[in-house]
Amino acid sequence: MADELIIEPGQTEKHYWRDLWHYRELFYILSWRDIKVRYKQTVIGAVWSILRPLLTMIIFTFIFGRIAGMQKDTSEPYALVVLAGMLPWQFFATALAESGNSLILNSNLVSKVYFPRMIIPASSVITSLVDFAISFVILVAIMIIYMYTPSLNIIALPVFILMGFLAAFGVGLFITALNVKYRDFRYIIPFIVQFGLFISPVGWTSDRISDQWRAIYSINPMVGVIDGFRWCILGYPLYVPGFLVSLGVTFLFLVIGIRYFRKTEKSFADNI
Amino acid sequence: MSEVIKVENLSKKFTIGHQEKERYTALRDVMARKAKKIFTFPFSRKNEKTVYRKEDFWALQDISFSVEKGDRVGIIGRNGAGKSTLLKILSRITEPTAGKITLRGRVASLLEVGTGFHPELSGRENIFLNGAILGMSRVEIRKKFDEIVAFAEVEKFLDTPVKRYSSGMYVRLAFSVAAHLEPEIMIVDEVLAVGDAQFQQKCLGKMEDVSKNDGRTVLFVSHNMGAITALCQKGVLLSRGKVERSGPIDEVVANYLKSQQLSAGLSLLSRTDRSGTGTSRFSEIYFCDSEGHRVEQLLSGQTCELRFRYEGTGRFSKPQIKFTIYNRTGQPVTHFDSNLQSPFPPLPGSGEFACRFPKLPLSAGYFNINVVLVNDGVVIDYVISAFTFTVLPGNFFGTGRNVGGVEDVCLYEQDWHFID
Repeated sequence: MADELIIEPGQTEKHYWRDLWHYRELFYILSWRDIKVRYKQTVIGAVWSILRPLLTMIIFTFIFGRIAGMQKDTSEPYALVVLAGMLPWQFFATALAESGNSLILNSNLVSKVYFPRMIIPASSVITSLVDFAISFVILVAIMIIYMYTPSLNIIALPVFILMGFLAAFGVGLFITALNVKYRDFRYIIPFIVQFGLFISPVGWTSDRISDQWRAIYSINPMVGVIDGFRWCILGYPLYVPGFLVSLGVTFLFLVIGIRYFRKTEKSFADNI
Repeated sequence: MSEVIKVENLSKKFTIGHQEKERYTALRDVMARKAKKIFTFPFSRKNEKTVYRKEDFWALQDISFSVEKGDRVGIIGRNGAGKSTLLKILSRITEPTAGKITLRGRVASLLEVGTGFHPELSGRENIFLNGAILGMSRVEIRKKFDEIVAFAEVEKFLDTPVKRYSSGMYVRLAFSVAAHLEPEIMIVDEVLAVGDAQFQQKCLGKMEDVSKNDGRTVLFVSHNMGAITALCQKGVLLSRGKVERSGPIDEVVANYLKSQQLSAGLSLLSRTDRSGTGTSRFSEIYFCDSEGHRVEQLLSGQTCELRFRYEGTGRFSKPQIKFTIYNRTGQPVTHFDSNLQSPFPPLPGSGEFACRFPKLPLSAGYFNINVVLVNDGVVIDYVISAFTFTVLPGNFFGTGRNVGGVEDVCLYEQDWHFID
């Protein structure tokens, strides 16, 4: 009589986090499934995860670097400046899109099997992380082409990757939970992603925003992540107050996301 | 023996209309309702109300029962009795509205065959995926891998994507994974409805083995009374969200079959699970033979009449009666509609309709009918499962031999000849 389980209405499960640990295999396997299936029946397969950021980078470098003439303000190759912003942004964007739709896409699982539902959006963020890792190849290639040696700060890069991960996960949790009930969010996500690309300092650097606004600008958590990336790769000075604001917002979203998700989780099967 | 499942006063309410508070859903709802009004213009407002009242209902009401270790319990009941909801709550997929369940032991539930199977992945990969979804660890799956493959008989196709599998192979593989779970409590919903008879037998055998040898508890839902009585020793009969009876399986099944016949026919007028304006109601449905004598048992090929007596007030300007015959497994066999050929003239609010079968084309078996009385597009009375009847093998082809097995549903006139 080791495992006694009591099911009652409104019961916040005491074992939730333990359950999450117990189901960790499912977590690996769902991520693995998504990765494996992602580029099935495509001719060039995983090359897509390089091609997309590469092409966007080229266009952005051209538009912001040449046409807008921002290139002359930086000593570093502008392609690198763009790429340092592009990679985390693309990760965030795909992670958000994938996790935001994840519950709906896996509705057959949700309505037929029990497991901590958080596994689904989490594993889709992991899947995007793999894409991100692959697209990192571009960064390395560009650095080699330009014979650019990154600053030592690069050691801290995993911290900012984690921050990007948490930002995407927090917002993703919130959106996917809302999406179960209000399918409107399916249309909102692409909108956020499209908008965010221009709001976030992807094609330019955030020091173009005057100091008095910069902290407010950093309410967008990706500003902190992108700044962090540029600090790591290019050695740009990190605007600490702004970074702290981004970090705070990231955790705020994470807390809201988890709480809302946990609150609505029980009725997913009824609403999906 | 000890209790492994204890269900106390469990209730579950579905409020499909509760989303109306929210703006987004409400907007859509309002639009849908408006649209519906246009299309159902001749329907009275009262009818619409009945539709809306139905949206808030108790799928389970005050259910209590307990299951002991090693029991194999069959859960039976008509469609909509709450069986699936009960299983979903037991498997923690959805939350109860009230009540308490205590489960002792690891639970695995199989509410659908092949949940999470990905068509693009190979059989091998899907075994791991599905196993993990059902709660097995990788080590466990690896240990059982060969057994699973052998049971499913798909050795040759292990590395083929399952989208290229035949549906039989797919089901076999999916069930096989589930059959090798080693939980203390296993919850199985109607999954045996798929697959061929031989494989079904194999699965039932496997479940019985598992329960007998390892003392595991099985909860099994099925409409197949044969499978239920073969596998289970105990039964719980659910009816409209309540436990109607529980006990030894034979008694419960007998009770279920009897209640199905009882609720149909005799007490038709007193039944409350009906909809429509109710100005007239069906009071009795029965069969007559060619001489007009009431008959309880029918034979395939017999000349007979199905009669619908109804009572009420007023007059019908454009009366119409429709009914559908369903077979034992709930599949519709055929529809009848009095408007198809020559509609009825105006009729009084009480009376009797008769539908004549020159040669009853049904095979031996249980049948069930839903009937609806409509006047000028307005539903007057609608009763689901209003009448059940049994057909015995009969002299359909006029050869003096009785035909009509239980396996088939209907019989056709056949004209065979040979051309050189």
